[in-house]
Amino acid sequence: MADRNVGPLLTAADMLPGVGGDIIVTEADFFINWARRSSLWALTFGLACCAIEMMAAYAARFDFDRFGVIPRPTPRQADLIIIAGTVTKKMAPRIERLYHQMPDPKYVISMGSCSNCGGPYYDSYSVVKGVDKVIPVDVYVCGCPPRPEALMYGVLKLQEKIREKSLRQEINASA
Amino acid sequence: MISEELVNALIENPAVSREEVEDVYRDSEFPVLMVEADAVGAVSEFLRDTEGYEFDFLKNLTAVDFEGHMHVVYHLYSTSLRHKIMLKVQVGREQPVVPSVEPVWRGADWQEREVFDLFGIEFAGHPDPRRIMLPEDWQGHPLRKDYVHEPDHYD
Repeated sequence: MADRNVGPLLTAADMLPGVGGDIIVTEADFFINWARRSSLWALTFGLACCAIEMMAAYAARFDFDRFGVIPRPTPRQADLIIIAGTVTKKMAPRIERLYHQMPDPKYVISMGSCSNCGGPYYDSYSVVKGVDKVIPVDVYVCGCPPRPEALMYGVLKLQEKIREKSLRQEINASA
Repeated sequence: MISEELVNALIENPAVSREEVEDVYRDSEFPVLMVEADAVGAVSEFLRDTEGYEFDFLKNLTAVDFEGHMHVVYHLYSTSLRHKIMLKVQVGREQPVVPSVEPVWRGADWQEREVFDLFGIEFAGHPDPRRIMLPEDWQGHPLRKDYVHEPDHYD
């Protein structure tokens, strides 16, 4: 927070001496972005081997929950989708449908070589060469499969990206 | 290992062996029987139901594409008698049809759908003959040697 020009974060104790209240004054952007990046509920879309590493990231040793990331089985309650695995041409319309079922604001992490660019199955007749041919991707996590720490780094990068967003841009973009 | 006597008896058995049951290769732990397409149903039921054979487990059902013809390959195993056998059926490339063994071994259901999906071999009498791995509107059978992939809107 200190590296952005948000102005001082004022508490009620600063403004009203003698009042020990719990009032915090801040910018709307800062507060909303903090809330959105700190509780990214993920629709886990484990398709192939990357799903195993994603499960490892959720489990005890690497623990996603400490970043606020918990798995949701339904796209309606998720704001992040992690595409973990090979995207086949049969699966691609289903991914698009689930992406449209997610409410805004939504983010997409493409995990692993196959969903980044087709991966080792680039020449196959049935593989889509990257999930970004179907849905827009925010963060690409490289690896085959990426280690759980790499997936976590991808989530941290996404949090940095969310930190930079502004309400005014979103309102203008949707207008 | 299935014993030589059983394999010989299989060839000689009047319930099974007409001239359709052809050569037998006894080299490996999988003696191979070449079977005509018409005889597949009778041979399967015989192998499953007869004392001494008791092949109750279909381990694998797949196909191989050669230049002029195709083989459908069945790997059978007996869980009670612990022996194995392999059946091969030779089919042509135009309109290949083989009787389905799904009434005999239920596990053949999806395996035959996979062979149809990738090779185009039809299985007569299969309860649900449709593609299993590729999208329903896919044209062609990719594991054939002469398959040419037409780029679609994903490529």
